[in-house]
Amino acid sequence: MDQALDRPHPSAESGPIVPVLECRNLSVSYYTRAGEVPAVTDFNLRLMPGEAHGLVGESGCGKSTVALAIMQYLGGNGRIVGGEILFDGRDLAKMKAEDLRRIRGAEIAMVYQEPMASLNPSMTVGAQLAEVLLYHDRLSRPTALERARAMLESVRVPDPDRIMAAYPHQISGGQQQRVVIAMALLSNPKLLVLDEPTTALDVTIEAGIVELIREIGAAHGTSIIYISHNLGLILETCDWVTVMYAGEAVEVGPVGELFDAIRHPYTRGLFASIPLPSADKISRPLVPIPGQLPLPYDRPRGCNFGPRCEFFIAGSCDSGPIPMLPVWNAEHRRSRCIRIDEIDWERPPAPPALQAAPPPGDILLKVEDLSKHYELEGGFLAGGGRTVKANESLTFDAREAETVAIVGESGCGKSTFAKVLTGLETATDGSIRLGDVELGAVPIEKRDARTVAALQMVFQNPFDTLNPSHSVGSQIARVIRKFGVERDEAKVRQRVDALLDMVKLPRAFARRKPRQLSGGQKQRVGIARAFAGNPRMVIADEPVSALDVSVQAAVTELLMDIQREHRTTLIFISHDLSIVRYLADRILVMYLGRIMEQGRTEEIFAPPYHPYTEALLSAVPVADTRIEKRKVVLSGDLPSPSDPPAGCPFSTRCPYAIPGTCDVVPPPVFEPSPGHRILCHLAPETLMAMKPVMSEREPETRAASGSS
Amino acid sequence: MLKLILRRLAQMMLIMVAVSLILFGVFDSPKFKRQLAVNELGGFAVQTLSPADYQAWLERKGLNVPFAERYWKWLTGIARGDFGRSFQKSADVGPLLGRALLNTGKLALCVFVIMIPLALVTGVMAGIREGSFQDRSISFLAVLFTSIPEIATAIFLTVIFALWLGWFPAKSRGDGLEFLVLPALTLVLYDFGYVARLTRASVAEVMQSQYVRTAILKGLPYRRVVIRHVLRNALIAPFTVIVLQLNWILSGVVVVEVFFQYNGFGKLLLDAALFGDLYVVQAATLAAVLVAVLSQLISDIGYVLLNPRIRFG
Amino acid sequence: MSAIAEPLPSPPVPVLARLARPRFALALLLLIWVPLVAYVMFGRELGPYRSYVLIPAIPAALLLYAVAARTWRESTIAVAGLTLVFFWILLAVSAPYLPLLDPNKPVAPFVTPFTERNGIFFWLGTDMRGRDLLARTIWGCQRVLVWGITATAAAYLVGTMLGLIAGYRGGWRDEVVSFVGNVLLSFPVMVLFILILNYLGQSGFNIVIAVTFSSAPAIMRIVRGLALDVKSRDYIHAAQVRGERPLRIMLVELLPNVRGPLIVDACLRLGYTTVAITTLTFLGLGLQPPDPDWGLMIKEASTTALVFKFSYMLVVPALSVSSLILGFNLMADGLREMSLRD
Repeated sequence: MDQALDRPHPSAESGPIVPVLECRNLSVSYYTRAGEVPAVTDFNLRLMPGEAHGLVGESGCGKSTVALAIMQYLGGNGRIVGGEILFDGRDLAKMKAEDLRRIRGAEIAMVYQEPMASLNPSMTVGAQLAEVLLYHDRLSRPTALERARAMLESVRVPDPDRIMAAYPHQISGGQQQRVVIAMALLSNPKLLVLDEPTTALDVTIEAGIVELIREIGAAHGTSIIYISHNLGLILETCDWVTVMYAGEAVEVGPVGELFDAIRHPYTRGLFASIPLPSADKISRPLVPIPGQLPLPYDRPRGCNFGPRCEFFIAGSCDSGPIPMLPVWNAEHRRSRCIRIDEIDWERPPAPPALQAAPPPGDILLKVEDLSKHYELEGGFLAGGGRTVKANESLTFDAREAETVAIVGESGCGKSTFAKVLTGLETATDGSIRLGDVELGAVPIEKRDARTVAALQMVFQNPFDTLNPSHSVGSQIARVIRKFGVERDEAKVRQRVDALLDMVKLPRAFARRKPRQLSGGQKQRVGIARAFAGNPRMVIADEPVSALDVSVQAAVTELLMDIQREHRTTLIFISHDLSIVRYLADRILVMYLGRIMEQGRTEEIFAPPYHPYTEALLSAVPVADTRIEKRKVVLSGDLPSPSDPPAGCPFSTRCPYAIPGTCDVVPPPVFEPSPGHRILCHLAPETLMAMKPVMSEREPETRAASGSS
Repeated sequence: MLKLILRRLAQMMLIMVAVSLILFGVFDSPKFKRQLAVNELGGFAVQTLSPADYQAWLERKGLNVPFAERYWKWLTGIARGDFGRSFQKSADVGPLLGRALLNTGKLALCVFVIMIPLALVTGVMAGIREGSFQDRSISFLAVLFTSIPEIATAIFLTVIFALWLGWFPAKSRGDGLEFLVLPALTLVLYDFGYVARLTRASVAEVMQSQYVRTAILKGLPYRRVVIRHVLRNALIAPFTVIVLQLNWILSGVVVVEVFFQYNGFGKLLLDAALFGDLYVVQAATLAAVLVAVLSQLISDIGYVLLNPRIRFG
Repeated sequence: MSAIAEPLPSPPVPVLARLARPRFALALLLLIWVPLVAYVMFGRELGPYRSYVLIPAIPAALLLYAVAARTWRESTIAVAGLTLVFFWILLAVSAPYLPLLDPNKPVAPFVTPFTERNGIFFWLGTDMRGRDLLARTIWGCQRVLVWGITATAAAYLVGTMLGLIAGYRGGWRDEVVSFVGNVLLSFPVMVLFILILNYLGQSGFNIVIAVTFSSAPAIMRIVRGLALDVKSRDYIHAAQVRGERPLRIMLVELLPNVRGPLIVDACLRLGYTTVAITTLTFLGLGLQPPDPDWGLMIKEASTTALVFKFSYMLVVPALSVSSLILGFNLMADGLREMSLRD
């Protein structure tokens, strides 16, 4: 208690300004059949008017619980068990229901992770917006609708009249989120709580929403709580940041200051495990945080991070609860680590032994003019159907031991390509050759066993990748038997053990059911299963995107180690440019079924860019204060794949689009260097003259960054 | 949306054609034809009918012509309102079936008038406070009532209200409203539990949804949240099921009408089936399927109309 | 990296929990069901062995009850339902070994419950022909259970296979199966029963066929929906990518993962089938006299026992059938509740 009270704040010194929001020693628990589960313990936060404060942490760290506690919406089984939440000096937890209702939606508003689910499916957008004003500001219906329309305009929703009359499912995800934001802003709230507002959106759409959020803070003076798992987003949107781990705040401070001088081992671990532009798979590989998040009812004594910490000292770190301690005696910077002054924070995390990049071998996969079209079902009485061109004239190749990444947003056709490659779908046109075997039009049933075994897959969703009804061992063993790697039962079992060793799981896991494994462990089993038949090529479809960042690093490193060792060709499908930059040798950038640009990784990340690549690069949030990005924000949404523009698919959103050419004529190929191909109408000189999207800041301007 | 309704209509026609084919196929089988011949020729046992007499009879009735031709004749007969004659009751099937359906219609109307408000109100009351005492007691009663089959409910009601208290007649051979009470109540009790449970589940699910959270955190009054956001979405499923209950009730009336000796569709069908009165069985079945298919169509259209996601999909 | 390898703690597994695996439960269920079927349907063929055939079913029923009660101990409702159901199952398998009067032998007519007549104490009284109601109720339970479980199992076999084919394979197979299902579902259930039994004649086996025709389409729809959902999971794609045959994917990869909702539905459907069998017998379409059966008891009493004093003849079978169905429904409810919890 006293600890929070005596914590001064830089802006508190300037006068008796009441914080908009203050959490004092907040503790929240959920009551389940298993008993009390502490979700948040001893949480402090102070938010001044006009400030944006980020809460960052991995899943299960309690950041969303804090948001729900602020909204006083913990559900039937959640309860605030200690501390208080002061909004404008009044404790929200002690407020009467009617007073709380008056505050919710009017003075505190919230924006949610899934915009579609957050909007009532059977009410028009206009009615849902106007409702806020009808009940809080007692406006008449026409006035309320007029104000709602104006607000939609100010959050830059195109064609607000149409949107007002539309039902939520009729508008795109990005527009839905803008509607939710407009709804939150209607009553001009003092505090806006944003819970992962862009996680469900594509990266170029996300960039637009982030831009909007920054404007809100500046234009309306709204205080913001921004919850995210993405450090880069926090850097782009917030002034302050609190890093959370296992229900506790572990480090707090101004964003730029904290990012430049980390003072908690967990924060340090987080940064070491995300692929920053400075990371490199050969010279500066990712360093995962060892171990697992402790279960909420099984947390260690003392420091929660203790068991996973490289600086852990028995006897002091685990002797009792660790308080938030000031860093450099500066009261606004705190860290929950008792060894702040003993640790050498400048020493980089221990880099693993250097591994030389394996030289790529012969061409293994050759894709030529591959197209995959779907007939949209017109159905009975509906007349002719439309065609979706999921893949359109893809041409590229991949060599042995090479990693080729396919990058693109949802609907770009990257998953369709994986299906065609694996034979779950057949190509409409063009050819795929694996070695000297033609695969394009050959469905999986018609492929011979060797080809099937040569081409295996790692899947995206760790909760879906393993069959929940069978044990881990039997699922791996099935692949071994199916592909005839071993036939003798004892040998099969030996091989299962060897594969588990390879993915660094204990052999005892063979007898486990998938539900007894964590997400990262399941993904490891998925990798073991993919490699069980000694494939020549593995397709990994977003293998780490559903995992927490610290686990992502471990799984990524593992996948690359195995690939290097077996000289497997890896086709890595992802929407995340940062990870792709880190691990790929070559990159294909796809948009609406076409490859817009392809080349070696360093070619993709340096000019000349395809305009879409440029926008993608600019949209990726980077958690590094040294990096400066040129803003390229795209307007509009992805066109429907069933109704693409006639010319260049990107022409509807391209800032450089040449009217009369780009939207009518398919773009030509420009090849600035052998193998680097750009599909664009722009003159080669224009493309060559492009400036880099990311550049390093001058050291002296670094201090001012971040907290912009 | 029009497309959807048209497609449903086409499906419904196809189903009716298939059903009529099955019905005709079944009752046109040698087994039933012989039975019919025996009945017509004067009530001796099936075995004693000589093959020659049977052939002559087939000839006389025009039953020797190909299947398709007879089927077409049968269909056009129905279209003209000629359902054939009942042997058991020596009457035309059309008016007989009409009267029975009217009586059953009265019964079904009573059931719906009581059951719908009762089930919806209790279902909403339970679902809106999931896990509360109110919820648990309503849920338990609902399970209890759906667990007692109509035949048992009918017995309990008869024993209590007819045999013990003597408030209502034990058998419903009459026209007054008092004869409808026990049969209707039996059907209500059985159906109410099912619809109430469904309503409860639907309301409880919507209460957990993220858009209801949005509505609450928008600071709307609770009444507004419940009426505009919860009920509007939660009652779509119960609505479609209530319409489908018509199909269910057509099943239930057989038992109830037989037990209470109520002269409706179910009793007509069963009596005819036990007697081998095949034109009656055919007509009654066709009518029942028509009602079922129509209710399915209404339910589908209602679902589309109530659900903007499909209406403007 | 080594810490990731640390296995989660796995507590020691007690015997009952070890028996709770689906395989053992299925084996126990078969150990109850097969002797019952043999006893009731093929009694004549068994000859002198008939009196022993039910003996192994008694411990099997007790063990299955213990295992299930332990597995579902978190849900009072499920255990309550289980207890009701196993009360009747236990009576059904031990009926030949209980000291009961001959259910078909007239002793003394119109004896009200809990009275003594001719030196015999009648717990539940006797019917209008003087047969002991307690004996008739217990023997009747045996018939209802045997035919009910058999008919439901047959419907499940057909419905699951068709549902898997329609859901997983899709295409024209789905069109055909779904259309046939829709045609059958558009008959009101009781009308379909009457039609089928009228056509096939009245016997226990024909009840199995009738129940299959009426229930299998509904089961097919459920399985089809579940299969459509599971079909899009990555582990099914994984099986497809390694070139497994559709039959193997359906039975090995897909079916075990839709088990949960199917067990819930099976409990409910056992209830429906019990209702159907009782009702059909009451309507005179099902099992044939003189062997006792709850529906038959109601049918016989409904014409003669319409006096309050003798209404026990109706109430006893009505209560019996209601309690059995309540048991099935409570089990389904409890299981559903538990599956929603995790």
